[in-house]
Amino acid sequence: MTTFLGMPATAPRGVGHLRGDQPFPRAAHDALGDSQLRRNLRHATTTIRGKSGRVIAELPDWQRLRDAGSAIKADVMSRLPDLLAELESRVTEAGGVVHWAADANEANRIVTDLVRRAGSERVIKVKSMATQEIGLNEALEDAGITPVETDLAELIVQLGDDKPSHILVPAIHRNRSEIREIFLRAMPGVDPELTDDPPVLAAAARRYLRETFLSTSVAVSGANFAIAETGTLGVVESEGNGRMCLTLPDTLITVMGIEKVLPTWRDLEVFLQLLPRASTGERMNPYTTMWTGVTPGDGPQNVHLVLLDNGRSAVLADTVGRQALHCIRCSACLNVCPVYERTGGHAYGSVYPGPIGAVLSPQLTGIEDNASLPYASSLCGACFDACPVKIDIPSMLVHLRDKAPHPPAERAAMAAAAYTMSRPRLYAYAQRAAKMARIAGRRGRGLPPPLSGWTAGRDLPEFPEQTFRDWWAQR
Amino acid sequence: MRIAFFATCLADTLFPEAAKATVRLLERLGHEVVFPFDQTCCGQMHVNTGYQTEALPLIRRYAQTFDRYEVIVAPSGSCAGSIRHQHAMVASSHGDAGLAARSASVAARTYELSELLVDVLKIEDVGAYYPHRVTYHPTCHSLRMIRVGDKPLRLLRQVRGLDLVELPAAEQCCGFGGTFALKNAETSTAMLADKMTNIVSTGADVCTAGDSSCLMHIGGGLSRLRTGVRTVHLAEILASTEST
Repeated sequence: MTTFLGMPATAPRGVGHLRGDQPFPRAAHDALGDSQLRRNLRHATTTIRGKSGRVIAELPDWQRLRDAGSAIKADVMSRLPDLLAELESRVTEAGGVVHWAADANEANRIVTDLVRRAGSERVIKVKSMATQEIGLNEALEDAGITPVETDLAELIVQLGDDKPSHILVPAIHRNRSEIREIFLRAMPGVDPELTDDPPVLAAAARRYLRETFLSTSVAVSGANFAIAETGTLGVVESEGNGRMCLTLPDTLITVMGIEKVLPTWRDLEVFLQLLPRASTGERMNPYTTMWTGVTPGDGPQNVHLVLLDNGRSAVLADTVGRQALHCIRCSACLNVCPVYERTGGHAYGSVYPGPIGAVLSPQLTGIEDNASLPYASSLCGACFDACPVKIDIPSMLVHLRDKAPHPPAERAAMAAAAYTMSRPRLYAYAQRAAKMARIAGRRGRGLPPPLSGWTAGRDLPEFPEQTFRDWWAQR
Repeated sequence: MRIAFFATCLADTLFPEAAKATVRLLERLGHEVVFPFDQTCCGQMHVNTGYQTEALPLIRRYAQTFDRYEVIVAPSGSCAGSIRHQHAMVASSHGDAGLAARSASVAARTYELSELLVDVLKIEDVGAYYPHRVTYHPTCHSLRMIRVGDKPLRLLRQVRGLDLVELPAAEQCCGFGGTFALKNAETSTAMLADKMTNIVSTGADVCTAGDSSCLMHIGGGLSRLRTGVRTVHLAEILASTEST
């Protein structure tokens, strides 16, 4: 006999960063008018697109690698519970401790308790989307613990009391003069003569971070991958701050979304080729750190893994939507997205911006809480082509739109249009009626909402004298 | 060859010149064109706006209307894309396996105009004459959904008198996206502004594409700004001859 336990829960409200304050179109309004932001975004996304495109073109088997990545992820999702149980066994055997967190609140509580037990009032963090998602920094601060972000861009965001706007380059919306101002204002012990020369800015961050690395005994990380067969966790990064966080402290706490597990060590050969080329446009990422439980006398002696659900089981339950869990957080879809390039990440309201955010965030929270996101796309398909694991984002957007709550007036208009178009004679009559209405009304400007958005920036076409079908009938 | 013509609701209603041009072109090339009067709309607007249930009768209508024809052509990459990539999917996700199979079969016989000419009719020089400076915008669905590739450009390169100029950042979306242009009008306009800048930079007097919808969007912007550049459907260029 089986017992129905109910549908899996979505991510809880009131904690974390998966929901914006306002719908996408309103949030985008401010970003579109910010000329500095527009310039920064255009420059950054164009540069990354170029770099990534060049190194991808070097690989003759790129499309086959994408197929392999997609197939491995589909396999993982089809047997996720078994793989997670295997991972737990291997991590435990290697001296690590595995914690299961159903949602953001549970994960925050687990991590806070672990830091308290370690007796530290400060933690160093290597960039992690999962801890951003659950609002771990706020939870730690509430408990009197100071989290220090050690990824340069995350540090800029943290010191600027700001929110990340890109998965991989979280401070993409800032330029160097803004970064100089943030450092002068908020970085402890900063040189007041600081210039906006990038090497000078990097050196200031390095000096501050080195002191912090050497004097903090607890680190919190995310994970890019976890290998079920060996219990190995992995982080890939570019600055070496991750390597410091993962090796220097006595206690290492990793918060990882349950979808990150891979079956075998060998699977890394696919993802370590796909990820750097798709994300930073590098052939190989500068630092790859792998650790398996505890190695006595070497590295962290207390190793914890927090497996985070926070809505992921609910995503997995949707056979179309679950592809969103295949994401390896490379952000290639952001860099090619014409919408993201113009609005930036903050308009999406979630830590997961861009096309992948538009399909992931509404599923993690439940569609009601992010109903505008599946519409934040022209369905141009550039994201699908760029995705290293071939996530069909446009089809998922269409799927989620079908589940989204619809405005009553729009629903009525769509039903009327479908009714008319299902009846060719009525349809032909409506075509002529529309033409008459156009002749009676003003031409090209000042239509009422929701059509006003069109006429604000574009003329309407003139109605022709004759429809095609009338022309055909008279031939 | 006997070719069934799916005019698309947009060309039928608002852009009949594109539809008429498709007919004239195919007839000039010696083919028989039939226009089944029962056709209306492929349902793409409904599917893409989140109304699959409402789209279902339109998907059924398309399959019923065109199932009896061997070759069907639409002057739109986007409508052909919806028919080929969405019809069967929507039917099957609504539990209608019979319709899904029928839709898949009709979809396999549905071509966008440049595909029909190059792949089916095996012709690149259609004998057209069009003495203008023209730039070509590859629409997103023709490019990334049905992958027409450079077929439209191969057709345009054979047109007598035509000065074809390359559009910078051609593969970026113009910002139309159906109801996206209404729901996210400001972001759409920002995308359109860049597309127009690129079009104007070519010095072309005509911007062409294989979709009336994208051309309506681009043309609406170019007209509002009084750029003097006009939009013309690919079919109209290919249908033009020295005597017309």
